[in-house]
Amino acid sequence: MEQAQLMFAATGALIFVFGLVAGLRDDSLLGRIIAINISGVGLFLLLVALAYRGLCQAADPIPHALVLTGIVVAVAASGLAIAIGRKLDELRNSSHRREGDSS
Amino acid sequence: MSSLLVLIATLPLMTALACLLHPRGGDQLSLVASMIQLVASVLLVTELPSRSSLSHALGGWAPGLGIALGADPLAGWLVLLCALVQFATTLYARFYFCDSQARYRLWPLWWLLASALYALLLSGDLFNLYVTLELLGLSAAALCTVGAAKAEALEAALRYLLLGLIGSLLYLAGVALVYAEYGTLDVSALRTLISSSPASLASLVLLSSGLMIKCALVPLHFWLPAAHSSAPAPVSAVLSALVVKVAFYLLLRLWFELFTPVVTSAFATLIGLLGAIAVIWGSWQAFRATRLKLLAAYSTLSQMGYLFMFVPIVMALPEGDTRQFAYGALLLLAVSHGIAKAALFMGIGSLQQHLGHDEIDRLGGSARKLPVTLFAISLAGVALVGLPPSGAFLAKWALISSSLVSGQWWWMLVTLVGTLLAAAYLVRVLGAAFAPTAAAEPALPTCRLALQQPALLLAVLATFGLGFAASPVWDTLSLSPPEVQR
Repeated sequence: MEQAQLMFAATGALIFVFGLVAGLRDDSLLGRIIAINISGVGLFLLLVALAYRGLCQAADPIPHALVLTGIVVAVAASGLAIAIGRKLDELRNSSHRREGDSS
Repeated sequence: MSSLLVLIATLPLMTALACLLHPRGGDQLSLVASMIQLVASVLLVTELPSRSSLSHALGGWAPGLGIALGADPLAGWLVLLCALVQFATTLYARFYFCDSQARYRLWPLWWLLASALYALLLSGDLFNLYVTLELLGLSAAALCTVGAAKAEALEAALRYLLLGLIGSLLYLAGVALVYAEYGTLDVSALRTLISSSPASLASLVLLSSGLMIKCALVPLHFWLPAAHSSAPAPVSAVLSALVVKVAFYLLLRLWFELFTPVVTSAFATLIGLLGAIAVIWGSWQAFRATRLKLLAAYSTLSQMGYLFMFVPIVMALPEGDTRQFAYGALLLLAVSHGIAKAALFMGIGSLQQHLGHDEIDRLGGSARKLPVTLFAISLAGVALVGLPPSGAFLAKWALISSSLVSGQWWWMLVTLVGTLLAAAYLVRVLGAAFAPTAAAEPALPTCRLALQQPALLLAVLATFGLGFAASPVWDTLSLSPPEVQR
């Protein structure tokens, strides 16, 4: 492994771990979704660094394909999480309003 | 016959799309598709013993570049388990969701989950497995929200989704390490490549921890009781019976086929220990639960614990017939739990819909109103506790004797305590249900028989079917490897 490749890979791994810890510890929904996305970005950086094969050579296409698939999955998952979160907020707000009416 | 694999992998996806495009036909489409799937998987399983495995390269592209589908007896039997549970729960869901709007939303997600399950069982590439795991996690979390009217249900679904994502990320990190070390992701190629090294150990830990979140092994279990108990009953049945089981199937593949040089006896013992804690703690929580669905969810936790607890026993046996025998027993236990748990959740769903609640203390008199359902719940209970003649009894017996053979008698004690606790929590439910009505409750309408039958079908199958017809299951399951040529 070259030095630059190693640096990118190590940075990616570090970002992955930071994101994961924040994703497990953060309280707010949006914070957790962002943290999980950051963690995913770190992993993608690691994969891209692994694909490097030298200056004059084409990069390994398989890790790139993995990263592309991973990005699509991450977008879909974030969308679903936000949609459920919005539904949850609506439910909570309406139940608060109902309590407010009855009291 | 390899076109069978293509059919099984693609039919659920086609059905999901068809249900999305043509929501009014969803009920009929789902029923027909689940029947075809059941027939196809029976054909697959009958085809398997003659050849030890089937494979199909999609579009004629060889694995490495293309995507290959493959099935061995282990995958085949789990496909049959999925098809069976899917068939019964599809029938059940049709009558469980009275609101047709809810069913319009249900079917596409339902079949998306199914396509993730079958694709996971049939694919033999670590990255495709990642994609199917994500698909499984997303569709399962979305299914938990169908018809949800309470904030708690949505919160549980959200937690389930986010933890599933974290599990998938850990798994993907393991995949990245495997690729960096060995340069391929094809399972059959990796089988001969993986050797004991720090990078292999790191990737094994990452892959396993990601999957253990999805299987809810203690201490990564905390999302399961809430998610499984607040989802609608047909969804809980599929989640508890199939979704955690296929994650366990992947772990089995990793531990017994891919990472054999890396999995030491200390690692296996650690897994077994976590499993033992899950057995005792899950059963105790199930015993203390006040709601039926929570009881069933904790029971899943403890039953998954058994599967993990028996891993070190199987690992410790010398390679050969005794090990194959124990491996077969482990899989029989998994299949038996899948069928029985689905029956239990469907039975509980009928009770809940009929009574309007699922509190154990207020069940009095329900046995008189819903005799078929209570019979199904008791039969499922027999299979869960592992009383004869159920398949779980045979499997547990074989594994206990294997634990004595391999000199690890302490697992037997945990099994006995767990079994006693399981009997206790089920007797508690039955006792409450058969008790006479305490107060003058309003007269309940009679429950539709169609809602009660699928649970009975599966419960009978788990108790009698797997008990009396265990030997063909066992024989073919024992054919599948943990034999590793090296």
